Amino acid sequence: MATLNVNGKSYTFEAEPDTPLLWVLREQVGLTGTKYGCGVAQCGACTVHIDGVATRTCVRPLSTVKPTDSIVTIEGLSVGGTHPLQKAWVALDVPQCGFCQSGMIMAAAALLKEKPHPTDADIDGAMTNICRCGTYNRVRAAIKAAASGDTKSAGLSILHSDGSTA
Amino acid sequence: MKTNLSRRKFLETSAAAAGTLVVGFHIPFAGEAQAQSASPGTAAPEINAWVVVKPDDTVVIRIARSEMGQGSLTGLAQLVAEELDCNWAKVTTEYPTPGQNLARNRIWGNFSTGGSRGIRDSHEYVRKGGATARTMLVQAAADTWKVPASECTAADSVITHTPSGRSTTYGKVAEAAAKITPPADVALKDPKNWKLAGKRLARLDTVDKVTGAQVYGMDLKLPGMLNAAIKDCPVFGGKVKSVDTAVAMKRPGVKKVVRVGDSAVAVVADTWWHAKSALDAMPIEWDAGPNGAASSAKFAEVMKAGLDAKDAAVGNQVGDARATIASAPRKIEAVYSYPHQNHATMETMNATARWTPERCEVWTPTQNGEAALAAASEAAELPLAKCDVYKLLLGGGFGRRGAVHDWVRQVVAIAKEMPGTPIKLIWSREEDMLHGCYHPVTQCKLTAGLDAAGNVTALHMRISGQSIVAGIFPQNIKDGKDPVVFQGLNPPGPEASIGYTFPALLIDHAMRNPTVPPGFWRGVNLNQNTIYLECFIDELAHATGQDPLAFRRKLMANNPKHLAVLNAAAERAGWGTPAPKGIYRGLAQTMGFGSYVAACAEVSVSESGDLKIHRIVAATDPGYAVNPQQIEAQVEGSFSYGLSAALYGECTVKDGRIEQENFHTYRVLRMDEMPKVEAIVMPSGGFWGGVGEPTIAVAAPAVLNAIFAATGKRIRDLPLKNHSLKA
Repeated sequence: MATLNVNGKSYTFEAEPDTPLLWVLREQVGLTGTKYGCGVAQCGACTVHIDGVATRTCVRPLSTVKPTDSIVTIEGLSVGGTHPLQKAWVALDVPQCGFCQSGMIMAAAALLKEKPHPTDADIDGAMTNICRCGTYNRVRAAIKAAASGDTKSAGLSILHSDGSTA
Repeated sequence: MKTNLSRRKFLETSAAAAGTLVVGFHIPFAGEAQAQSASPGTAAPEINAWVVVKPDDTVVIRIARSEMGQGSLTGLAQLVAEELDCNWAKVTTEYPTPGQNLARNRIWGNFSTGGSRGIRDSHEYVRKGGATARTMLVQAAADTWKVPASECTAADSVITHTPSGRSTTYGKVAEAAAKITPPADVALKDPKNWKLAGKRLARLDTVDKVTGAQVYGMDLKLPGMLNAAIKDCPVFGGKVKSVDTAVAMKRPGVKKVVRVGDSAVAVVADTWWHAKSALDAMPIEWDAGPNGAASSAKFAEVMKAGLDAKDAAVGNQVGDARATIASAPRKIEAVYSYPHQNHATMETMNATARWTPERCEVWTPTQNGEAALAAASEAAELPLAKCDVYKLLLGGGFGRRGAVHDWVRQVVAIAKEMPGTPIKLIWSREEDMLHGCYHPVTQCKLTAGLDAAGNVTALHMRISGQSIVAGIFPQNIKDGKDPVVFQGLNPPGPEASIGYTFPALLIDHAMRNPTVPPGFWRGVNLNQNTIYLECFIDELAHATGQDPLAFRRKLMANNPKHLAVLNAAAERAGWGTPAPKGIYRGLAQTMGFGSYVAACAEVSVSESGDLKIHRIVAATDPGYAVNPQQIEAQVEGSFSYGLSAALYGECTVKDGRIEQENFHTYRVLRMDEMPKVEAIVMPSGGFWGGVGEPTIAVAAPAVLNAIFAATGKRIRDLPLKNHSLKA
């Protein structure tokens, strides 16, 4: 039996101690927003926060996570997608296929917690996630927009159905 | 059974056409309006196949093509909504299933989503769908009021009888409208008058992608579902020799070990992790078969011999290029090559299937629901009518999930061994890397004849190497010729035509096919052909002491659309004006997937040979721009994909198998390497081009030409990682 604290809730389940946290989250806890992309900590699609630290869960054995560790997944980042990054992501239409975006947002959220106004070099250093669709420039723009609260300076002029322009 | 087989044949053939060629399709509306038993799951009135209006004025627009990030779900909805004159804020979308399409005589047309054709091949009939529905809704309101429809107008889902000022909404008249006989023909709006199409609208499918709520194929859960992991023989054409299933059966959660065909083994367990780890623990002995000694190095020799071989299919010919070159006072020759690559979609191949003797259902991310259905039907040994496929959002497609549905066949074969139990098969990244449908490998020898003044009098391009069509749709090879091999090099015309005019020209292909299965890889053959031609043109300009832009302009006078995008990119980038210190520029242009594209790259190379791509200006003329901000996103994405290929993309074969198994050996572009991209979208009207792919082709040559400007080094064999740029 193992116990985890995920998004403020306690979950107890059966799993072997060497099971990667990613698969526990997806299959035992049932939260599939965290994605499998490579299994070798290369792509970052499986990124969650453990005590606020961006962690690639595909190589993190369950046995190394304590019941008291606070795990936050994309589903628990905010209530109703209201984290400034999620709002910036929507405003700037960042995702294409979207598969890597949970990991991107979780990595960016950890970055902003540490550096509320990151430089381009900070972003380059923290955002090593892989996106195959090529959303990198909009990801960068959205991180800056979330940091500054200004989505218009990205210059994308995207028309939203609520009448707003970002 | 015979009928079904021929039906399957038809589907596979239409998939073949979809992979490569533009096919016309007439979608009859008249007489098809009445709701059918095979209607998708919406209870509200179906005005016609494309439009459902609910009583609360929600408009459900049916989308036949697949969404994989390219944004055409939103673009197609914009086109329907434009003609429908509905309230965009209340638009939602749904996919009809391929089974429903067959049951309704393919009323939604082609489901294939490749070749950048999602919009350009269906814009007319989806707009007619919207216009037809609007006409019927207006007629229904007019009938209620007993006034002529010509006195009524529609806007934002509100119908107004102008003389009396009475108004109603689409939702209120939808049920009556659904019963009206559709008009035989409808007029479409002049794009100049578009209010929704052509605008920078936000995508319809973003919110769930930022909260983790979006369900991809990999995330699907069905009651009673089990999970499967699979290993196919890593040597192409090999088989399973023996497998010790007892090892896997002892592992936790394992339910069954299944042999899939003669080449693969799958483990079925309660969770995917249990299945995968049991599969990894299970000893499997492979029989490498006839291809166990194949290697990239050996195949390179085969292609090299093809560069001078007599057997070659001609793709483009003007005058007598060989003779002109033979008698030219000056001759320039260069040989280029382009490697195999994996699509490496972020979401690996996966599908869920439930099989019973009566019915087979498959849930999967696919670029072509109908081809997936055909594959499921064959594997299930059930007629098409007893099968269906439910499409899920793709975590990337790039051509991998369109023409070949190997993973669908596998999951159905596994599900057949456990009737009634839904089985979800997920490929590991390693399985995905080892069993791709790879970008074809080719070499190209270019030979130019020049006169004393440095003018090109003749060009011969000999391509030697792999044909995608021969690998996937061999029935489409006629007289040894694969027409798709010549993308971007075709004679003047609406598709993938060469942008230059030479007094004499010969472009031919010596087909040489390796043991590695090919696939349509985003950009397809335009990728390497544009590198070959655009880098060689750059070589000719430098060899004759001419400016690469001025040199191109002289050869492009007959191709004003090609030239217009080149000029736009060059001018915006500041070609001809000094670049910032240490920065060098390179140009490339091409035409493919119906659109004209060009790029100017700015790079620097440090003394130690470190390349930095600072900025790329890219111009696109797609004829009509349905959503410019999404076109910009596709252009940016094309550089990410194309530069990944240029810098790192290479799958090599040793002992018959691919050597690269994951992202640490198959590197792709990351954020710190992504240049600034300035996209110029310049639709000139009068034609419909695609935007998902063409720009990929100019990424590498623009950068390679800039590298030459910076270093004097001419890189002719991709990827760049195999070369030193050190001074």
